[in-house]
Amino acid sequence: MAEKEVWITGVGLLSSLGEGLDTHWDALGAKRVNADEKRLAPYVIHPIAPVSFDAQIPKKGDQRQMEMWQRIGTYAAGLALDSAGVKGNQEILSRMDMIIAAGGGERDLNVDLAIMNADAQGKLPPALLNEKLMNELRPTLFLAQLSNLLAGNIAIVHGVCGTSRTFMGEEAASIDAARIAVARIGAGQSDIALVGAAHNGDRGDLLMLYSFGDFALKDQHTSVWARRNNPGFAIGSAGAFLVMESREHAEARGATPYAKLTKVVADLAKRKQPGAVKQSLQAMWPQLGVNDANAMLITGATGAEPATAEEREFLGQHPGLAVRATGTTFGHTMEAQFPLGLALAALSISRGALYPANDPTGLEVEKTKAPTQIVVLGVGHWQGEGMALVEAVK
Amino acid sequence: MTAPRDKFGRPIVVVTGMGIVTSLGGGKTDNWKRLSAGESGIKTVTRFPLDSMKTTMAGAVDFVTVDPFSSTSLSQRLAEIAAEEALEQSGIGSKGDFPGPLFLAVAPIETEWPQRLEVARDVPTKDFGIIEYLATCSGGKFAHFHRRFTFGSVALSLAETFGTKGSPISLSTACASGATAIQLGVEAIRRGETDATLCIATDGSVNPEAMVRFSLLSALSTQNDPPQAASKPFSKNRDGFVMAEGAGALVLESYDAAMARGARILGVVAGCGELTDSFHRTRSAPDGKPAIGCVRKTLADAGMEPEQIDHINAHGTSTPENDKMEYLATSAVFGEHTKNIPVSSNKSMVGHTISAAGAVEAIFSLLTLEHQRIPPTINYEVPDPAIPFDVVGNKARDAKVTAVMSNSFGFGGQNASLILTREPA
Repeated sequence: MAEKEVWITGVGLLSSLGEGLDTHWDALGAKRVNADEKRLAPYVIHPIAPVSFDAQIPKKGDQRQMEMWQRIGTYAAGLALDSAGVKGNQEILSRMDMIIAAGGGERDLNVDLAIMNADAQGKLPPALLNEKLMNELRPTLFLAQLSNLLAGNIAIVHGVCGTSRTFMGEEAASIDAARIAVARIGAGQSDIALVGAAHNGDRGDLLMLYSFGDFALKDQHTSVWARRNNPGFAIGSAGAFLVMESREHAEARGATPYAKLTKVVADLAKRKQPGAVKQSLQAMWPQLGVNDANAMLITGATGAEPATAEEREFLGQHPGLAVRATGTTFGHTMEAQFPLGLALAALSISRGALYPANDPTGLEVEKTKAPTQIVVLGVGHWQGEGMALVEAVK
Repeated sequence: MTAPRDKFGRPIVVVTGMGIVTSLGGGKTDNWKRLSAGESGIKTVTRFPLDSMKTTMAGAVDFVTVDPFSSTSLSQRLAEIAAEEALEQSGIGSKGDFPGPLFLAVAPIETEWPQRLEVARDVPTKDFGIIEYLATCSGGKFAHFHRRFTFGSVALSLAETFGTKGSPISLSTACASGATAIQLGVEAIRRGETDATLCIATDGSVNPEAMVRFSLLSALSTQNDPPQAASKPFSKNRDGFVMAEGAGALVLESYDAAMARGARILGVVAGCGELTDSFHRTRSAPDGKPAIGCVRKTLADAGMEPEQIDHINAHGTSTPENDKMEYLATSAVFGEHTKNIPVSSNKSMVGHTISAAGAVEAIFSLLTLEHQRIPPTINYEVPDPAIPFDVVGNKARDAKVTAVMSNSFGFGGQNASLILTREPA
């Protein structure tokens, strides 16, 4: 059975650069970067740009029930639905499938720090942990933290109610979200799907996990390609959502595509072996069937080692490719890494240009011709690899 | 009986291996024996101090230990035990080489309190803030906490242990997670992407913070004494669910592939359905429409009529709202036939295994089909007159069972249902 063509008909972006596609296109053209080296110094972060959430989350009560990562995601999901022209379309939303890639939400850092300090000073007998948690945790905070409650909030606020699945597992979660959505639409198991993720980088509690592995970028923001001597990622903030649908479904409702999503492949390299990431990328590349001379590539390269070094070696074998790293501009948006890449690829194809390079090392080169094929590459900071091919609709 | 495709022309998905761990014990044999005897696995918690807790009991799996303890490590161990049993029964592939992908239902992961506090004791400054704390996190001494507490860590470890293929998927759809893992596996086989999938659902979440969080949402039963009487689905005096741990693992295969290798077929996943409720973060729509839609979608997916369902393995959490809503939705779909369907909730005995529940209960449904005996809903002393189900109260019932519907309804509007049958339709 021939697989159905999958179109990207909606794109929603909210990030450290601002909101909406025009804002992003202008900022990328101007090589603007919004990095903050002070707020959580020495850690470099990319905070979300100021935004009034009312435009996509009209009820203040809903906003109060969410933490920032959920607001970012619910907002960006709304932008994607608007851009696809399906916002408020009950008939479509009630059968729209949703696959979200999510981590967890913000903790109450004040409560946590008070408990940790008490314990460090010998003033926290085990029984007291319960008491402090019972008395000091906000009841609704749990719901603002649960991974599947980003999807839950999108259902409540925007009415996306067909199916709802939340994948977890850092970068790989969003690669798999796109892969499964494309497979389902391709096989006729789904007509239209909302796929995306959200991440809030302005979080001390989140830095904890990445500090354990010394993955967080310190001191100074640089291009991800220029971090050999100071490796790491600056955690970023973004909501990136896509509406994907079968060509038939899109044509039947007169929707205009940004691009088509031809293929998504994913892998789990055995990273205990040096060179495994590079080998994984080499094995996936031929599955896309692209021609180096035509293709461009948007990568979520994190700047964390050794993954980025291996990715650099892989890219070195494709010298003709015009490469763009989202990590330099947006920071590392973790679960949002891959949908952000897909969104920028679809945007570039729809604008008929690849945005300019922003890299003093010279790895990223300019290419002026209109893109017809953009590969989106995602390499997780410690596990998971994937690629997608985004193409112009003929 | 040869029916390589279902009535929609899709590959038929069969179960060839099952493994289970719950508070009742490890393995299908022990679980089935105790479940059908109406025994409870709910006990007063001994794992941590209970001071200030409103709820003091759970279906913790204390006979499996991990050191150092974390809910994440326990979840992983429970998953391993269940998967080993399922793979042994199935006989598929070879040790460490499963010929298909992994779909894992697992609770969201974060650094847990014992580990947070271990780092805190290492911070050199007094009255530290987050930046000083982060400085202590880094430097390599606690690098193993990164490996342990990333969201993908359990799936990575399981994928390595069992040699599943491709990118393993970790998922959470709250209390429906186990059903979603099975559903993803079914869809992959129906697409023809693979002949086999390993679907695992696990939960080892009985820790102080998880218990506090559910307690603060007033979701848990506080009828602590005696603990085994707390979970009483469909009873008038039910007051909440009981947290529990466990894991279920299923090897799914296409009927063709299973027959080709001479595998014993344990049952068929005839249909899956899912429909989101957008009413509220923790409450279901008062009219029950999303749950009704979910059940209808599942019947449609299986190509079955309501009259063909002869047992419902209920979500039956024992919360005041869920059980009422489940009756409302069921009676709306099944109409007059509702009274003919024996209904039971395994949660009366094993508690609510949350992320694992959908898979644990699918396995109990398949065992029900195998033994032609419906496990009881224990503690059914004061039936709720508003829920006139034919509840299989207190004692197991022998019955002709050909098709079971297993329901899962969770926070965040997650509704998923499965239909399991003995043989291909």
